[in-house]
Amino acid sequence: MNARMANDNVVTQALGQIGSCGLFLLQILAAIPRSLRYGRETVRQLWFVGAMSLTIIMTCGLFVGMVLELQLYHVLSMFGSTSMSGTVVAIATYRELGPVVTALLFAGRAGTAITAEIGLMRATDQIAAMELMAVDPLAYVAAPRFLAGLVAMPLLCCVFCALAVFGGHLVGVSWLGIDNGTFWSNMTATVDVWQDIISGVIWKSLAFGAVVALIAVFQGYTAPPTSEGVAYATTRTVVASSIAILALDFVLTAFLM
Amino acid sequence: MNAAASPDDMLIRIRGLTTVLSGKKVFDALDMDIPRGKVTAIMGPSGTGKTTLLKHITGQMRGDAGQITVDGRNVPELSREALYELREKIGYLFQNSALLTDYDVFENVAFPLRQHTKLPEVLIRNLVLTKLQAVGLRGAAQLMPSELSGGMARRVALARAIVFDPMLILYDEPFVGIDPIALNQVLKLIRTLNETLGITSVLVAHELDAIKHVADHIFLIANGKVVAQGDPKTIADDGSPWTRQFFGGEADGPVPFQYPAGDYAEALGFPRGGA
Repeated sequence: MNARMANDNVVTQALGQIGSCGLFLLQILAAIPRSLRYGRETVRQLWFVGAMSLTIIMTCGLFVGMVLELQLYHVLSMFGSTSMSGTVVAIATYRELGPVVTALLFAGRAGTAITAEIGLMRATDQIAAMELMAVDPLAYVAAPRFLAGLVAMPLLCCVFCALAVFGGHLVGVSWLGIDNGTFWSNMTATVDVWQDIISGVIWKSLAFGAVVALIAVFQGYTAPPTSEGVAYATTRTVVASSIAILALDFVLTAFLM
Repeated sequence: MNAAASPDDMLIRIRGLTTVLSGKKVFDALDMDIPRGKVTAIMGPSGTGKTTLLKHITGQMRGDAGQITVDGRNVPELSREALYELREKIGYLFQNSALLTDYDVFENVAFPLRQHTKLPEVLIRNLVLTKLQAVGLRGAAQLMPSELSGGMARRVALARAIVFDPMLILYDEPFVGIDPIALNQVLKLIRTLNETLGITSVLVAHELDAIKHVADHIFLIANGKVVAQGDPKTIADDGSPWTRQFFGGEADGPVPFQYPAGDYAEALGFPRGGA
């Protein structure tokens, strides 16, 4: 009975969090027109969550492409189709690995930073100070970070995909000896701009960017103003973002396929 | 304050403010009038809701009942836009300074000006440097908040609170952590702002010696009500149990020193009735 009540409590809390997060999204959307006057702050956040995430995104993209090509080469060699390995790397990256891994990395690198920053701003009364200086923190703090996440994710995903294909090329062509012309011609002949690039890279990464940025800002904004509260909020950002990304990926794939 | 004073003389009027937080009645039908153009101090034992009262005045918190009128506007009923409009005329000094940690001292003080005006950069620079000079920190303009001591951060926060020359400044514990030299300058500054610009100041503080030099009127609040009020000389000598205990620093009196708790001997595990 107690276990059931505890489970009910967890479910109620989770549903409550999702509901509050949804209401918070509406507040952010309503604050976006007011945040347009803080364009400089949005650009600053874009630099912080986008440009500052480039190193990890590029490095991981390169290695994901390299390991994928290596695995595929060995499997496809059994069927004499190693020339298609580059194509499979590209399609797998554009459709799934690019958006999903970029979003997971983005949640770990930028999402946690956003949550911790806003949580500490709240704990040190900086948000309250803005309120008292008649500066709307939703427009000055929350909306610019949300917009920056929304814009940065597709760009980072493009960089990730480019580096993954480059990594695949390094392993497939430079190391394992696949013909360079075959590698590129198979890829360009098979990859579909709408199906793979627009639906895969752009739409998915836009959706993931919105979800991660929303969760990160929400967790920071509602974090209890204590060191423990900020620490838990940061952890919740990673956990909730990861689950949301993978669940949303399934839903989007089912609709976009 | 004075019952005969006209409503226009009062910048802040509080009527029947009742606030219950976590089951505890913080304010119990509190009435208070704060005169325009004067320095008013709100004093009282820790935990009596002095900071909470400031939060009510600025609309950060709403009470369960009662009215709070600031410059003729009932704060709890104001829309977000109207509340922000009112806040543009209010300066607020936080207990913990609340400086924006991403910006240096200069940008912290310039922040309200940049958000609410389109003044040319030269004018912003001059205004900010003037305020920093007033708090003795013009030379620290390029330092980051993390490089400041607690007292310096408080003075920067004070410069930020006065940068707009507001009609009302609320000071939450302005004298904590600043050295005697800075304390003297801050007292002079509060008095000068009041006398030269007619700014109404409300201070929440415990330091009676400092308050005596600057306040025109003192409210002593305890148990959710105003228990004594008057000018610094009158209130210090009024002889009521409240003022005697608070200003005399006595443990015994109407304000319990101990937070409500069970039997002490029992808590320590001693047998009832002694050995």
